[in-house]
Amino acid sequence: MTVQATAVRQMPPTPAAAPQTAGTAIDCRGITVRFTTERGTVTALQDVDLQVAAGSFITLLGPSGCGKSTLLRVVADLIEPTAGSLTVLGDKPSVARERRDIGFVFQDAALLPWRTALQNVTLPLEVGGGDKRPGNRDPRELLALVGLAGWEDAYPHELSGGMRQRVAIARALVSGPKLLMMDEPFGALDEITRDRLNEELLDVWAKTGVTILFVTHSIYEAAFLGQQVLLLAARPGRVRELVPVTLPEPRRLPVRETVEFVQLAGHLRRVLETC
Amino acid sequence: MSDQAMAPGAGLAGAFTDDKAAQARYLAHQRHLLWRKRILPIVAIAGLIFLWWASVEAFDIKPFIAPSPVAVVQTIIAKFGLLMTNLLPTAIEAILGFILGNVAAILIATAFVQKKTMEEAFFPVAVMINTIPVVAKAPILVLLLGNGMEPKIAIAALICFFPTLVNMTRGLRDVNPQALELMKVLSASQSEIFFKIRVQNSLPYLFSALKIAASTAVIGAIVGEWIGSTNGIGALIIQATYNFDSPLLYATIAVGSTFSAAFFGVITYAERRILKWNVGRAV
Repeated sequence: MTVQATAVRQMPPTPAAAPQTAGTAIDCRGITVRFTTERGTVTALQDVDLQVAAGSFITLLGPSGCGKSTLLRVVADLIEPTAGSLTVLGDKPSVARERRDIGFVFQDAALLPWRTALQNVTLPLEVGGGDKRPGNRDPRELLALVGLAGWEDAYPHELSGGMRQRVAIARALVSGPKLLMMDEPFGALDEITRDRLNEELLDVWAKTGVTILFVTHSIYEAAFLGQQVLLLAARPGRVRELVPVTLPEPRRLPVRETVEFVQLAGHLRRVLETC
Repeated sequence: MSDQAMAPGAGLAGAFTDDKAAQARYLAHQRHLLWRKRILPIVAIAGLIFLWWASVEAFDIKPFIAPSPVAVVQTIIAKFGLLMTNLLPTAIEAILGFILGNVAAILIATAFVQKKTMEEAFFPVAVMINTIPVVAKAPILVLLLGNGMEPKIAIAALICFFPTLVNMTRGLRDVNPQALELMKVLSASQSEIFFKIRVQNSLPYLFSALKIAASTAVIGAIVGEWIGSTNGIGALIIQATYNFDSPLLYATIAVGSTFSAAFFGVITYAERRILKWNVGRAV
């Protein structure tokens, strides 16, 4: 076990490659999103306020239909909010997106099947004027960082689900984003692979200093990864509670066997049952 | 570090034990399966030809009703020059029609995907034209385009057009929505989305259509030659039928089918080369 004696929160080590480490990464105020369909209007998010400090790791937890994924998409400028104001790294989300400050990891990896692992990681450098950005990283180094050295020329159908998500993470990091949006990236994986990727994600987070918003259905994943767990309630999607996680860092899997962790998970479960 | 995250060689070391005999047995079995897949169709065709020959001999069927396969082979050898002179125009018509029909279908599918209005206006028109039987289209096109190769090329093109239009439209449109979201996050331009996502995504659909078109283009050219043509496989079929020269009729059909199969083979080969990533999933 690698439980630290100190209870003081530690910020992750921040390398020189990520200058944006202080201040607020995301500032949502009164974000409301409504969708109109033939069955009527759905309020996916209602009056969501959220401030995320640069370099932090926030997990989003809530029942289906609570708007977790919608919130991620609003921040990444994939969905326009119906009401409310939002700044990402001090600018409008579209500006941050065009600066390549936002990386997105999707639920099903969304690799392009006609491209090899390396070509998938290289994609962001080929489109949207992504080739000449100062923050760009070497795709081969990133594949090595996610533990896929030697798999550069494999096609997605030759990779396991876990390996595909590793490629997707490398692809999201290649433009050197300051924000990483992760939409249930490990939801379809078996538990052992998921645990392993959880630990490795914390390593990647520590090495890159990126701010992470991570959507999950798993209480344990939310508690293990997050510095804070944002609990959302459904219908309409709204913030239920922002739970600070005081587990020591850096975290390794055995921390899940500590009393603190079990109590935290119990608290999250009780709140979740009322959402 | 996980086993699956290591280099292929290193990762495999833990998962596989070294059993040379079992490996050899496995490879021998794979070779056996491959040869079976190659030989069985040949055996089946040879068997059917033998059955055909045996029936003609046993029931003493008159040559003008159904010729013996021996007579057909003899005709192919004796009239090889005649058959090839007539295959040439048919092949040219089929290939040009194939190119014309598919290029038109690809361009129109692209327009459909770019502009929904175009699809809503013109897709029903395409469906209506497609419902007209080829034998009914042929005389109309002969009247419009004259007696040369043009109407045959047009018929071959029309017959290729529809399957490719439908498949290509679907291939360009049915893109993984998360791939489109990814391109939006990357601030990709519309042309980047089109060429890097949509076109690539459409290729398996396109090749399915091209394989259908390869054989139907030949049918289109032959049907076109039935009406007012003096050379070509279709014309030869008509002449041989009217002359009760059934060995020549069968020989002509065999030559036409062989060309059709070769055309299909070329497209299949191209698909294997171009869609390496899709190998194994291709139908």
